[in-house]
Amino acid sequence: VICSVLHATRLLHTTQQSLAPLPPLPEKGGEVRYGLIPEEFFQFLYPKTGVTGPYMLGTGLLLYLLSKEIYVINHETVAAACILSVIIYGVKKYGSDVAAFADKLNEEKVAKALAVKNEAIKDLETAIEQEKKEQWRAEGCSYLFDAKRNNIAMLLETNYRERLLMVYNEVKKRLDYQVAVQNLKRQKEQDHMIQWVESNVVQSITPQQQKESIAKCILDLKALSKTAQAAV
Amino acid sequence: GPLSERRLMDVRLGELPAWLATCDISPQGLLGGVRKAWNSYYDKYINVKRGGPAGISMLLAGYCLLSYGWNYQHISKISLLVSY
Repeated sequence: VICSVLHATRLLHTTQQSLAPLPPLPEKGGEVRYGLIPEEFFQFLYPKTGVTGPYMLGTGLLLYLLSKEIYVINHETVAAACILSVIIYGVKKYGSDVAAFADKLNEEKVAKALAVKNEAIKDLETAIEQEKKEQWRAEGCSYLFDAKRNNIAMLLETNYRERLLMVYNEVKKRLDYQVAVQNLKRQKEQDHMIQWVESNVVQSITPQQQKESIAKCILDLKALSKTAQAAV
Repeated sequence: GPLSERRLMDVRLGELPAWLATCDISPQGLLGGVRKAWNSYYDKYINVKRGGPAGISMLLAGYCLLSYGWNYQHISKISLLVSY
């Protein structure tokens, strides 16, 4: 509960300080003389005692400690002296190599991080270009829609004309039928009339007239045959 | 500036008791003081691009002095005669 209360009352981003980008690390640490005493001590004593002040202080302090047996000399002193000499010899001899190795490790780390950063920047740039290309493509959409609109208009026109043609054909068929019906009727009437006239005419020929006409025909035929025989 | 916000190095000798009075003695205050001191030492001597032996050597020297001070009672007895 206390944590939630603390978080509720904490303000975000009130200070100028921000976490990124971090300021770079300082190149070298604070100056230290003989690996043990910071330079600030020497600077602190310089105005009053000059350059040899801290050394005199150190010598006096050492003699005082030794003489008053505040620092006793026993086997541990000898051991400490040996260890210190070995350490100092090691540091003086291999210090620069170790420093170069550590610097190389740092270089690799920094190079890796830099590579990641450059990778990310490149990816984002390509993404930006693709985005712009997509925007350009989206502008072309209007042409696409115009083409589609034209297509649809053409389809509608075609359909309309097909139906117009169908209507025309149907109407023509109906009119042709009416014309054919009228023609047929007239022809039938004509035929019927001809037949009726013929039948009436045949009926009107009496048997007397028939005999006379047959006798005339025989006479004509005889005359004809004579002329034909004469011609041959 | 005001007395309580100055660092130890900027306090004059006469104002020392007053400055000590403004210190925060509670456990959180002491812990905060220790953390600040360690952070300032760390940022000055260890957390640099090209450090040297100074960073840890001072810590080791301080440890040596501290352990000598703790064991002074035992060391000051003349153990050379007792062991033989």
